[in-house]
Amino acid sequence: MSSISANNGRPLERAVRSRAMSPARRRSLGTAAVTIPFFSYVAAFLILPTGIVIVGAFLSPTNAFTLDNFSKLTQANTLESFCTSILVSILSAVIGAIAGALVAYALVIGAKPDGVIRRIIVALCSVLAQFGGVMLAFAFIATIGINGVVTMMLQQFFHITVSPNWLSSLPGLITVYCYFQIPLMIITFLPAMDSIRPQWREASESLGANSWQYWTSVACPILLPRFISATLLLFANSFSAYATAAALFSQRSIIVPLMIQGAIRNEMDPGQQGFAQVLAFAMIVVVAVVMVLSHAFEKSFAKWQ
Amino acid sequence: MAVTTSTILTTHNRKSEDSSPSAIINAPAPQLRAARVRKQRIIKAVILLVVLAFLLVPLLAMLLFTVRQPLSGQWGLDAWKAIFTGSGDSLGTDMSILWQGLGVSLALCVVTVLMVLVLLIPVMVITYLRSPKLARLVEWVSTLPLTIPAIVLVVGLGPIYRWISADVLSTDPIWLCFAYTILVMPFSYRALAVGMRSVDMRTLTEASRSLGASWPVLFFKILLPNLWQSILSAGFIGIAVVMGEYTVASLLGRVNLQVALYQLGQSNSQISTAMALLALVFGVVLLVVLDIIADSIQRRRNA
Repeated sequence: MSSISANNGRPLERAVRSRAMSPARRRSLGTAAVTIPFFSYVAAFLILPTGIVIVGAFLSPTNAFTLDNFSKLTQANTLESFCTSILVSILSAVIGAIAGALVAYALVIGAKPDGVIRRIIVALCSVLAQFGGVMLAFAFIATIGINGVVTMMLQQFFHITVSPNWLSSLPGLITVYCYFQIPLMIITFLPAMDSIRPQWREASESLGANSWQYWTSVACPILLPRFISATLLLFANSFSAYATAAALFSQRSIIVPLMIQGAIRNEMDPGQQGFAQVLAFAMIVVVAVVMVLSHAFEKSFAKWQ
Repeated sequence: MAVTTSTILTTHNRKSEDSSPSAIINAPAPQLRAARVRKQRIIKAVILLVVLAFLLVPLLAMLLFTVRQPLSGQWGLDAWKAIFTGSGDSLGTDMSILWQGLGVSLALCVVTVLMVLVLLIPVMVITYLRSPKLARLVEWVSTLPLTIPAIVLVVGLGPIYRWISADVLSTDPIWLCFAYTILVMPFSYRALAVGMRSVDMRTLTEASRSLGASWPVLFFKILLPNLWQSILSAGFIGIAVVMGEYTVASLLGRVNLQVALYQLGQSNSQISTAMALLALVFGVVLLVVLDIIADSIQRRRNA
């Protein structure tokens, strides 16, 4: 900030310069000087890598423009892992959104906003939504892995044998993902639930509406945009999740992030680098579309707040 | 997982605005609605019990898993002893990778948090005071990493890190701080933004400037002390993110805490599960402190 005022020219020079530079200009120059480190850092470690991915998707191994990389996107196993990724993300987002919204509803009805139960659950959810990756994989291996606690209890008390491969099946993966989706939904959706004014219910009741009519024609239409935007957020969240799956599956690339991992590790094959970039590019496109939609829904909810 | 913490912060943010209408919910319900309230109470209990069971069972299972040998069925605290004595010799496990990973992660926390704060605070202050247009650009840029999956970032960072480790610096894992600063930025931005909105920076600036304070005095003696709570919470959130990071480190082939946990898990899953549980408890403590700080910011703003 002081870079301009602390110039150390000779007195005459300084006088001339300060006359030449209006205070407004000096201010804006000062602002620019302070923002330069920030913007150059972001350019180097955020914009540049994203650019490398986007440009790299269109480059051949000899750095010429090509669309060949995209033909790999339509290969059977690539399409399959994209479908699996999207399926897992949709299902875990929908299950997480519904369960999370129900909990948010349960927390709001008949409870103080600063009640103990609510505070405990919100704190727990903030942690669990963060609780990703390797630790989450360990938690579920300890629960329903081959020697997991729940596996053994089911075996001992109900004689039900859990398949050792259940965790690495699609239902297993979706269950594991729900573990961070539900808490995320709870903390995202709680403010929306809070913003439903009790007066709206009183108003609709005094106009003769019953509970069903209140929910279908008042509360749900208001909450729906926020619910959809939160669901889309959950979709993006699980679509980009990598660490949990990486810790659960050591070999198979059933979802896109694992496929990217395979492509990155295969550096011996020069074609693979382009492949990783195309996959990453496709992920950016999917997530960007989802986030834009999410923002649009968020905006239409905002008018009720 | 990246999206999460931002929502925590916005939740805190909105809590106060929403508290007045929800306080009305708690006004004694008219007798007409007594039946409905009873029904609601049952629904509430059922929903909370089912979901909490789903969330708590894996945590309990983790705890049981660490104290009970899965194969022999013997109970014992060996895994915890190994962690707290620092040596896994009694279990025949080499734990050096864990300590190495923990050290790297802790060092990364310090460096990353410092870098984020040094990058963000001056820019946020100056754009807040002088140029709302630039402030919006800074907000957009800072929260951009939320929409770019970490795995995508790794693909682009690969060539940059190859250049850094071969020609500029070294392969030392500490240089992961460059990538982590970007990952932490959205969360820290939100934390700082909450704080800056809660103190009236413009009045503070005008007052101290008109009393003759220079920019450095204003910045270090007036603004920073007023923002310390949000700086602290920005730091905590950064620590939580860095301690939990696995994607970037594992794909760039560096060992941090999570990578070490994963590798140790291959040879002794009890110790690594115990350590994961410990890391989780650490996270809980950090976020509870964050909650308390956010609360006190709120109370100050409302006062």
